[in-house]
Amino acid sequence: MNSLFEYILRISDDSLILGQRLAEWCGHGPVLEEDIALTNISLDLIGQATNFFNYAAVVENAGRDADQLAFLRIDREYKNTVLVEQPNGDFGDTMVRQFLFDAFRKLFLERLQHSKDEQLAAIAEKSLKETRYHLKHSSEWVIRLGDGTEESHNRVQNSLNILWRYRTELFYMDSVDAELIQQGIGIDLNTFRNEYDTFVSSILEEATLTPPANNWSFGEGRIGKHSEHLGHLLAEMQYMQRTYPNMEW
Amino acid sequence: MSNAKDWPLWEVFVRGKQGLSHKHVGSLRAPDAQLAIENARDVYTRRSEGISIWVVESNNLVASDPQDSDAFFEPSESKVYRHPTFYDVPDGISHM
Repeated sequence: MNSLFEYILRISDDSLILGQRLAEWCGHGPVLEEDIALTNISLDLIGQATNFFNYAAVVENAGRDADQLAFLRIDREYKNTVLVEQPNGDFGDTMVRQFLFDAFRKLFLERLQHSKDEQLAAIAEKSLKETRYHLKHSSEWVIRLGDGTEESHNRVQNSLNILWRYRTELFYMDSVDAELIQQGIGIDLNTFRNEYDTFVSSILEEATLTPPANNWSFGEGRIGKHSEHLGHLLAEMQYMQRTYPNMEW
Repeated sequence: MSNAKDWPLWEVFVRGKQGLSHKHVGSLRAPDAQLAIENARDVYTRRSEGISIWVVESNNLVASDPQDSDAFFEPSESKVYRHPTFYDVPDGISHM
């Protein structure tokens, strides 16, 4: 197995799948302004995925291009976290999912931009500016929904109760990570676990939200084991390339 | 913020580049000032239209009354001497 290729897929698949999820909001946002915001973020993520996939294609060196990596793999070959494939639910579900991911992604990219792999470092640096905005946006919304009306508080607390268990997978590491950390390319996720927890807690506190007391942890997406939701997402996302192979538009 | 229609209306002003003044570009709804800025960023500057944004709640704008427009604006129409059109511009002067 090519560890660097695997490592890049884990990053790009998070971006692609979350970008696809957010795209589902297009035309369905709670207000026009937020509809545009969600689809902007979606496009940012798909743009980041494109950069990572282009590089992954070079690293793999097997004749596959970015489109083939994005659209023509089967579900077990996707290495995104189970968190990002969770359904949009209501606006609160989408914002909590986004917040838990953005907080991780920002801290991760801040470190990846200093990777010894120049290409990864460059993509990370470029993506970071977008991700900082995404985090600001999702944090603001978690605070407003949590500290909003009784209805918004109860609903977003419920979102948190459901999604909280998926955040631990963001910090999953195995031999792929170990090898790349050794080379100065990959990031040791433990180095910012505390920072992540502290930041997330501070926002939740401001939002008057309480993390669930249980220690449930769920998700093995990094090794290709997904929830039942990914297959449905892929069916929709891949439909065009599967039905009309090699089509361009 | 239970309902979007309860959100106040905000007027958005964008500065296109250094040296230009902020220009009114439109309006939007947002629950508060911070989100109004973020919404304005997403709605009005997504194609690199600006480097600075102002928002002001529409309620806070004081506008001239259309019913007063005769008294307000018509008197200036008959005062052509307020325009610098009575000077001969020398031949060598361009961009005037």
